[in-house]
Amino acid sequence: MSFQAARPLDPVRWLVAPAGVCLLATLMMALPFRLLGLQLPEPVFPMICVFSWAVIRPSILSAPVILLLGLVLDLLWGSPFGTWGLSMLIGYGLTLTMRAMMTGQSRLMLWFWFMIVTGVSVTAGYLFTTLAFEHPPNIVGAIWQLFATSLLYPFANRLIDRFDDADVRFR
Amino acid sequence: MAFRQDTFGELKVPLAWTAGVALVVCVVIAIGLMLSDRRGTVENTAHAATQQAVDSVVTPVGDVLSAPGRWISGASSFLGSYWDAAGENRRLKIKLQEAQRFQDRSLVLALENARLRTILGVRTEPALPMVTARVVLDARGPFRRAQLANAGSDKGVAVGYPVISERGVIGRVIGVSSHASRILLLKDVSSRTPVMIARSNARAILTGDGGDNPRLENLRGFDPVKSGDRILTSGDGGVYPRGLPVGRAVKGLDGRWRVALDSDAVALDWVRILQFKDFAQLADSRSLSNGAMPGVITEDPRTQVLRDAASALTSPQGSLARQAKPDPDARPAKPIAAPTAPPAAKPPVSGAAPAATGNTAATPGERP
Repeated sequence: MSFQAARPLDPVRWLVAPAGVCLLATLMMALPFRLLGLQLPEPVFPMICVFSWAVIRPSILSAPVILLLGLVLDLLWGSPFGTWGLSMLIGYGLTLTMRAMMTGQSRLMLWFWFMIVTGVSVTAGYLFTTLAFEHPPNIVGAIWQLFATSLLYPFANRLIDRFDDADVRFR
Repeated sequence: MAFRQDTFGELKVPLAWTAGVALVVCVVIAIGLMLSDRRGTVENTAHAATQQAVDSVVTPVGDVLSAPGRWISGASSFLGSYWDAAGENRRLKIKLQEAQRFQDRSLVLALENARLRTILGVRTEPALPMVTARVVLDARGPFRRAQLANAGSDKGVAVGYPVISERGVIGRVIGVSSHASRILLLKDVSSRTPVMIARSNARAILTGDGGDNPRLENLRGFDPVKSGDRILTSGDGGVYPRGLPVGRAVKGLDGRWRVALDSDAVALDWVRILQFKDFAQLADSRSLSNGAMPGVITEDPRTQVLRDAASALTSPQGSLARQAKPDPDARPAKPIAAPTAPPAAKPPVSGAAPAATGNTAATPGERP
């Protein structure tokens, strides 16, 4: 009897590589490049990892990697240290809690869940920023960010499709 | 045998629990980091060293990655100017005629301004040295707006220096490493800039909120701003030099006055960092904080009255001459803090008024 399917996932393949790609994408979108006079959008790329990792399987390593991703975002964007780490961990915790309801759902339904999780994380970031600077940021900018990030679900879906059945213990 | 009953199946519950524990631990760490990042001001962060290290690493990477974008923009600009050369030539000729009229007018005004400054004895501000830098990263998180420029302390950039583009102010330097500087934009949620409305000279605070059009707050006066008014830095507080162009006033959808920034009209490829030190940096902080008040020399009105009366009694012509030309040897006396006894009948000696030494009340023995 072969236990090929029951082997744990390689952390480099499903954690480190997607995290690196998300950070690279964030860096690329932060370049001062204008297309037809318009700036590039800058969505929260690590939300792809936050959602898909929690849907694929629970893991001890996911939360620390998400925290590290958030800290890098804080340093890159100049947010108070820990803001994005905590915001994304809240989204991750929500997805992990609701995982039983999400698994087996259609792609459209998962997209809807992705939007909810992203909304919770962005709202948390909004509140933390308001507390840090005693001044509410522009709500329109936050909504645009939420919209741009929600469009990234196909990438999260690709990650889920690739690794969801890789470890049958969590099917 | 069902797979769920296998040994590996039993691992599901502990892993889920340990994942939960890891999540809680990470949340606690994140909260601890947030609480530790206390910022009295934007510049003084507890994690400034980490931020500087990351900026130092990211700046050359961003410089390399943005090179293709610059090439594409340059090629596009070259092709566009090539195809639009004839039309642009016509437009530029019209603009040149207008500019020549403005140049003549501005020359006259500059001369008049210089003459008036000389008459009034106004101390003119010296020319500001500046450093040109290229923007290599334009972070546009949902709430923060900052940029990284490829000039740091090696080129003389320091924290607090204002940054302008070819059209107007874009922000100020909040962090410097050896080869990079982090610029806080006027749009950032933590940015507060003292500005004035050029038409009415009214003051306001330009408050960023992460959006493209920062708000005008703390406006004073009746109807101080109108749509389209020019907004300039006021120089209040000494953070920015006075009179740098910021933008134009616009009415926001929320009914608040906002500013369409001049710097948004052009791509921020290159910026200029003004090496401007505010007066708080120039002043000697020890002398400002020693608590001693400077001496104030005032004149005792009774002394002047007595002197004038004595001069009038002795020589009316001398009194007139004194009124026309004050005695250079006469020195003002100390002020009187409270009403005292009438002065002595003995007139003072002309030109021998007592010397004033400070702003304390004069004692009877010191009075003439």
